[in-house]
This record gives sequence, structure tokens and C-alpha cells, in this order.
Amino acid sequence: MSLLNTVPEMVLTTKVDQLLNWTRKSSLWYMLFGLACCAIEMMQTGGPRADLDRFGMAPRATPRVSDLMIVAGTLTLKMALRTKVLYEQMPDPKYVLSMGSCSNCGGLFQLAYSVCDGVDKVIPVDVYVPGCPPRPEALTEGLMLLQKKMMQERWLVREPRPRAGAARA
Amino acid sequence: MSLELEFDDGREVFATEEMTLNMGPQHPSTHGVLRFIIRADGEVMRSAKADVGYLHRSIEKIAEKVGWHGFMPYTDRVDYVAAMTTNQAWAIAAEALGGVTVPRRGEYCRVIAAELGRICSHLLAAGAMGMDIGAITPFTHAVRERELINDLLEELCGARLTFNYMRIGGVAWDLPPGFDAKVLRFLNHFEPYVDELDDLLSNNKIYIERLANVAVVSRERAIAYCLVGPNLRASGVRYDIRKHLPYSVYPEFDFEVPIGTGRHGSVGDCWDRYIVRLDEMRQSARILRQALEGLPEGPVIAKVPRNYKPAAGEVHVHVETPRGDQSWYVVADGTEYPYRVHIRTGSFAAMSIIEELSRGLMVADLVALIASFDIVAPEVDR
Amino acid sequence: MNTAAIQQLLHERFGSGVGPVESARLSDAVEVDPLSVDEIALFLRDQPDLAFDCLNNLSGTDRPARGKIQVTYELFSYVHRHAFVLKVDARRDRPQVKTVENVWPAANWLEREVYDLLGVVFLGHSDLRRLLLPDDWIGYPLRKDYVEAPEYHGISTVRESILALPERR
Repeated sequence: MSLLNTVPEMVLTTKVDQLLNWTRKSSLWYMLFGLACCAIEMMQTGGPRADLDRFGMAPRATPRVSDLMIVAGTLTLKMALRTKVLYEQMPDPKYVLSMGSCSNCGGLFQLAYSVCDGVDKVIPVDVYVPGCPPRPEALTEGLMLLQKKMMQERWLVREPRPRAGAARA
Repeated sequence: MSLELEFDDGREVFATEEMTLNMGPQHPSTHGVLRFIIRADGEVMRSAKADVGYLHRSIEKIAEKVGWHGFMPYTDRVDYVAAMTTNQAWAIAAEALGGVTVPRRGEYCRVIAAELGRICSHLLAAGAMGMDIGAITPFTHAVRERELINDLLEELCGARLTFNYMRIGGVAWDLPPGFDAKVLRFLNHFEPYVDELDDLLSNNKIYIERLANVAVVSRERAIAYCLVGPNLRASGVRYDIRKHLPYSVYPEFDFEVPIGTGRHGSVGDCWDRYIVRLDEMRQSARILRQALEGLPEGPVIAKVPRNYKPAAGEVHVHVETPRGDQSWYVVADGTEYPYRVHIRTGSFAAMSIIEELSRGLMVADLVALIASFDIVAPEVDR
Repeated sequence: MNTAAIQQLLHERFGSGVGPVESARLSDAVEVDPLSVDEIALFLRDQPDLAFDCLNNLSGTDRPARGKIQVTYELFSYVHRHAFVLKVDARRDRPQVKTVENVWPAANWLEREVYDLLGVVFLGHSDLRRLLLPDDWIGYPLRKDYVEAPEYHGISTVRESILALPERR
């Protein structure tokens, strides 16, 4: 966006795509989807020190009004089927951030018989945040990376949204 | 009770229908992934059946594959809100089987770490309790205080949540230089804060109305359902593993075991379970002060072979975690892998009583009930 | 009261259904008959000198070498502050144990857990369903000969190591 000082009424000029993306990225509502240990760190990230509110991020209790699913914790096979349903309930455009080793690849629990090794086996993932659990700073960086990704999206041309080649925090 | 009105001739005018509600597994106030199937008549619950296992990570089976030392990081994840005490339970079990004695300084380091963890866990419980019944502010306050402890523990062992601090035979690292002064500074700040939380939350009129006399657990039912820790003590049973079946160096410390008194309702209601935790934070602070004062010199870890092979045998270990007596049953068969590990946790017992307690409660009270038991999902499922 | 004295008392009352004191290192236990464990449990709870009012732990151990699944009950008395360990051996091919749910309600879930993970059937249990694993799970994972299924509802349970993949051109 650029501010054209020459225009007396203070007009902002921008591309429609950029404006849309900018508004979307600045009010990213995330679904409270704490599964395990990472959920505590996610809560602390939302807490007073890391303070996700300054990114315009607000926790939501239901998938139907959320833009972002932060998969925070170990995904068991029993939960994996539910996760799919929850993902489908979210309105488009929707994003998934996989937080922590367990939801990235199974992490410590690859040895387990009841754990789904990675949430990407069930739903597509946009950003992977490593750590066990990731620190609030790491999660914040992942979210900023997601915002960066959102800024590159284009809506006025007919082309599939960039899905492949997920970013890595 | 369903509301049924009849005309004089016996025709039904108004009959309510029972409905089935699904709560969870993704629900903000179920503290993780718990699911309840509620049969409700209007706002009154007939029953709330718990469906657990959404976080069953087969930790007990993994123990049989990773060996004695290798299991320590997994114990963190049995109860991630208070990982230190779970660490300690595993260490004690393995040491008992292997006949290892922990140096005194190591025991003190353990106590300091465990009590900091206890405060951390109870803070979350108290904060989440407020949040679950609608008061957001105490939660942010509690998280703010928690961050201070997280900083301390991070300095101690490098992790904020899953510490992996203890080892079989002691602890991984000695206290960093200046740590005791930092803990003391934190305690000086923290002890007045508990009173502040008391003012802010405990005696709030709405808070009391929501919690007093709700879901009363009698002494007998608490024992029969094997409730442990603060949940048991809230029902008036003065029993704390640290005091009555002591382990580590706890006998050397002077502390009290708070129990529920029914100050605002009856003994064993949700409010009692909350206030017991608050009082325990004060006691933990007291233990911390004594531990820092009497900290002995010396090594923090005993010599333990890397290839740890305790002789065959089995042991029952009880450790007082913030969610109460955690009962470990460990079987060794003389190899480098444990033969069987079973953990009966405080949350597991608390979950099993919910169905009985839920009868006749309002749907909204279920949230208060879960929060008052301080249930943490991985402890139920493991 | 110690284990030997309790064993004496039980033996007098129940005769051959009660075995001698088994001393494993660090823990003494008394083995009893799986089909009369409920009566013995009731006796242990209601006898005033014993008063075991709390079932502290109940766990199952698979012992394929002996062809048995061992169920261990750890009892505690808040009245006398003493503990006692009771064991029953169930046949591995057809593990059946009487339930103690009517004696200690805590046993309800603990027995369901043992049923879920080891397949021990508790006769007379009011609600013997799987507790932790999904209802359609096959097999009992804590048995020593359990083999993990390759997939669950189309989600594969193995994850290829990134390190093992051939290098991408």
C-alpha cells in the first residue's frame, strides 16, 4: 500500500488482493484446539506475555467461525477422525498450523500404537512449527509466517490457491 | 425430573423431552480432549457419561520399548502441567528397583523443582477455574505468574513445560548460580499475590454462588472412588503422601495439609476443592523457603550405570502430584527394559466419579465440576 | 496389619482359594482365585480390622511365559492406614475374573482399562466397554504379542523416515 500525499483527501491506494489479504491476516481467529502439552504453551502464547491479541488473533470455541486451526499436541488415531470433521466444518479460506513435533510427525510418540504420526496425514497443513513443545516465541513466528503466506494469495484471478510447498517456521 | 402437567382428565398438556448433548472432544472448557455424552432434561442433567481416550498415547507400552533411562522424557508427558512430580515418581520407582540412593543435595533439588511445579499447576487450576465459569481476568493473572515460574524452571533445566530434569539417581543439573536468590525473590512476590487472588476470586459473590454446594462429594464416596490429593482433602480427609507415606526429604520440612471445611457451603463442594489448592500453594511456598534454607552441599546425582538393569522385582510407588497420589506399579524382569509400567493417576479417578455426580446437576455446573477436579486429559488417558 | 497376617485371616476364611504370600523383591502379595476375588474383596473391605475402603490401583500384566494374565489389586485403608496387594492369575487364552466393581466403585473404570488394553473379561461388570481405545479397535495392545495394525480407517500408522528417502533431484 502506498500513501499518496499528493491527494488532498488522504487516499490509500492498494491492490484489491492486498487489501483483502491484509484485512484477513489482521483478524485471524483461531480455533481452540489444544490436544496435549502444546495446548498449555498455546494458552501461554495467548496470555499476557506473548499476547496474540496484538495480531488481531482471538480464540474461538467453534470451528464454524474460525480461520485457523492450531493443531497443538499429539493427534491420536481416535482423535484424527474428529479432526477431519472439525476441519471440514471450518469455512473457507482456512489454514492449519501444526504445532509441535507430535502433530508434525508423531514426535516422541512414533513408537506408539495409538498415535497418528503427523496431522498432515489427515488434513493439509500450511505451517509446521517444530519443538516439543514450541516456545511461545516459536509459535508467534509460525503465525507471522502464516500471515506472510496469506499476503501472497490472489483472489481476483482464477488459479488454485497455493497449497503445495508448505512453509516451515 | 421432567415436568409433566396433566389436565383433570389425565391428558398431558406439557411434557418435556429428554435430549442428548455431545460435549467435546473439542470444547474449550474440557481441559484437553475429553468428551461427555450428556442426557439432559432442559438444563438438568440426567447423566453425563465421559468418553475418554482421545489422548491415549500408549505411554505404558512405550515404557516397555525404550528402557529405564529412556522413559524419563515420556513421564513429562503423562502430566504436562506438573511434569516434575511425574519425573520424580518414575525416578523413585527405578531407584527402588535398582537400589540406588540419591545424594541429599539431589533430593533437595528435586523438592525445589517439584514444589515450583506444584505452584505452577495449581495456578493454572485456579485460573482455569475462574475462566471456565466466566471470569477471564484471574486466568490472565495466573498465566502471568506462571510465566515467572516457567522462567525459573527454564533456567534450571532449559525447558518451560516438559522438563526432563530428573534422572535415575538424582537430577540432571545442579541449581544454577544465584538460583536460590531468584526463587526467594519470586516467593516474596508470590505470597502476597495468593492473597490478591483470594481477594479477586475466592470471595467473589458470583464465584461462591456458582461453586458452593455444587457437586458435593462425601468423605465415603471420595474414598470409594479413590479420589486423591486435593480432591480427597476437600472432602475432609487429611491425607497427603508427602506427610503420611513420606518419600524423598519431605519429613524434614514443616508444612500443613489443608482440608476442606465447607466455609461457604458443605464440605467437599467445588469451592472447597478450589480453596484447598490455593492453600496448598502457600504451603508449597513454605516448603520452598525451608528447602532453600537447608540446601546441603555435595553431588546431585549418584553414579548410575548407563546400561541400567535392575534385578527382577516389582514395586508400588506413590507420589503426591498436584493432582494427588499418583500410584505407579512397575515390574522389572532383570533386563534393560521395564516389564510393565502402570500408572493410576489422580485425574483418572476423578473422571470416573463424574457420571455419578452429574445426576441432577445443571449443564453449566458440569464445567465447574470438571474444573474443580483439575482434570488434565493426558493423565486420564496416558 | 502386615501381609502375612492378612493372608492368615483370608486363608482361615476362604481355605484353598487363597494362596501363600508371594514375595517378589520389594513387594509382597497374596494370590487368590479369580472367580472368588469378589467375595474376598468384600471381606477385605468389611472386616473391621482390615477395612480396606479404597482400591488404590488395579493393573494387568501379561505373562505369556506362564500363559497367564496377572491382575494386581493394590488396596489401601484410610482407617488403619495400611496397604495390601492382591493378585489373581487369569488364563491367557480365556481370561476371566470376577468384578470387584460392587465393592469399590473405583474398579469400574480401572477394570474397563484392563479389559481395553489386555482383554481380561470381568464377569458381572455393569458396563464392560473399551475405555481408552475406539470401540472398533482390534486387539489388546498391552499384550506382549500385540502387533500394530498397518492402518486405522485409512490412516496409515507408519511414517517413512525423511532420512531414508532417496535424495530428490
